[in-house]
Amino acid sequence: MKIVNVTHGSFYALGAYAGASLTGAWLARGYPPALSYAVLLVAALGITLVFAPLIERGILRFMYAKDEAVILLITYALFLVLEDVIKLIWGVNPYFIAEPYALLGSFQVAGMAYPTYNLILIALAVIFGGGLAWLLNSTRVGKLLRAVIHDPEVSRAMGVNVGRYYLVTFTIGSLLAALAGSFTAPTVSVVPGLGVEIIVLSFAVVVIGGLGSLPGAALGAVIVGVVRSFSVHYLPAVELFVIYFVMAAVLAVRPRGLFSLEEPRKI
Amino acid sequence: MKRDRTPLFIALVFLFVISFGFLLPQWAMFIVTIAIARGLVALGLMLLLRAGLVSFGQALYYCLGAYAAGALGRFFGLSDIYVQMLAGGALAAGFAFVLGFLLARYRGIFFGLLSLALSMILYGLLVKNEALGSTDGFNILPSALFGTRPEAGWVRYAVMASAAVVALLAALLVHRYLNTPLGRLAPAIKDNEIRVEYMGASARRAVHVKYVIAAALAGIGGALAATTVGHIDPEMAYWTTSGEFIFIAILAGTRNVLAPFAGALLYGVIHTTAYDLSPNTWQMSLGISLLLLIVFLPEGLWSLFSRLRWR
Repeated sequence: MKIVNVTHGSFYALGAYAGASLTGAWLARGYPPALSYAVLLVAALGITLVFAPLIERGILRFMYAKDEAVILLITYALFLVLEDVIKLIWGVNPYFIAEPYALLGSFQVAGMAYPTYNLILIALAVIFGGGLAWLLNSTRVGKLLRAVIHDPEVSRAMGVNVGRYYLVTFTIGSLLAALAGSFTAPTVSVVPGLGVEIIVLSFAVVVIGGLGSLPGAALGAVIVGVVRSFSVHYLPAVELFVIYFVMAAVLAVRPRGLFSLEEPRKI
Repeated sequence: MKRDRTPLFIALVFLFVISFGFLLPQWAMFIVTIAIARGLVALGLMLLLRAGLVSFGQALYYCLGAYAAGALGRFFGLSDIYVQMLAGGALAAGFAFVLGFLLARYRGIFFGLLSLALSMILYGLLVKNEALGSTDGFNILPSALFGTRPEAGWVRYAVMASAAVVALLAALLVHRYLNTPLGRLAPAIKDNEIRVEYMGASARRAVHVKYVIAAALAGIGGALAATTVGHIDPEMAYWTTSGEFIFIAILAGTRNVLAPFAGALLYGVIHTTAYDLSPNTWQMSLGISLLLLIVFLPEGLWSLFSRLRWR
């Protein structure tokens, strides 16, 4: 949508908190832990449907005409607000829900124990990534969506309900962030500041891949993940900034990211 | 042509701070000094903003300046305020000159994110550096002035007055710069870079110069903040610090060189009040005020003044 959205980090955190607290409540009532995965899903969906339309309809839709950098600031402001909203709702104490993670146990790969839960994460990523690619490239809705992003004015003239497409896009995007948050929640302790860390990492991912490119984002994520793991293993001293180093290096060679599209120049 | 009265105005404001500042209570001096430090950084950001560039990594130079000031005390026992600011500014400018060759090629969101990445690299380096105190940072020596150490009650005033002197000079110089051909290129670059190039000017060079000036100002601001607070840590390079500076620059607007200082002071007041009233939701208050500002005063705080003046 040509929005660099800092609020995305908040949705990740919101998803994590919603997932952690809802699953916690689910397990505390003694309901079957096997269904906790569905609860994580519902939590992410619920929290997105509450906050995403509110933010898009209430604030962002009046801002699309503004400069990209200004929109970045607006989402930054929203991010600050949401950060405190999270603290108000859930407090500052960490949440742990290890059950969905522990339940599946682990399996052996080449003599190393590997948690099965991570396989679920990978599967989810593939399903949602593939689903999104299919939605954007092969369905009528997806094609219209890309048309709207490319030129809202012409789309409006052609009779597309542009406002609705913006709303749907923003909600889907936020939903993905919330899902990521809620399914990561069992593997970490959910604490304030979760959003800050993830958002800068995700920026690095999309910038490496090229803004607005789906394969780019996927490749960027792989690069970031692998580089980070390697540095943790071999060179822990550089772990904190190796991602930014990679990002700077990629941008130095390909100024608009790996899978960037050519920008038309305005004379 | 109307005479430019801004330099006179700048001089009046800062001379006022210097001559009557000692009447302020200590805590207010602290707020004013920090506001001047942040104002210097925001002044640099303003230069870049005029060219349509948002640097999300000005904290890099702020932090460099602070650590330069700290290192002077730690390794050479020097803690003269002016030496600290000079060192901070020089170190930041040197780094910016080198990094500028890379950054001056980027515009828009990429400029912002690349500068953010660079400041996060510094953050990562500092956190892992035991000699410089890792995540805890270190305390820096009490401020001195021309080799003498002011009495305990006067330290804050001495720092504030020195800050005001430097800010006065910086504001005058930047104001002068804005009216040079190179300075006047900024809005043109924002408007349409290709036309700028057709006219025979180099947008890249103009951006590079602005970037170095902005970094030097941020370095001075960082050194000043370090000596005022008495402690430095890697958080100064974290991207949320850059966010604060952008907040101030947007709050202030780009119309006048005094605006960043006014913005920084207002930010300090909002921040302190919000923290005082509800320590747990100050971020929310900041976020909401930022939103309201962008919506109702897109030209910044200074547009209030100029609107009033035309009436």
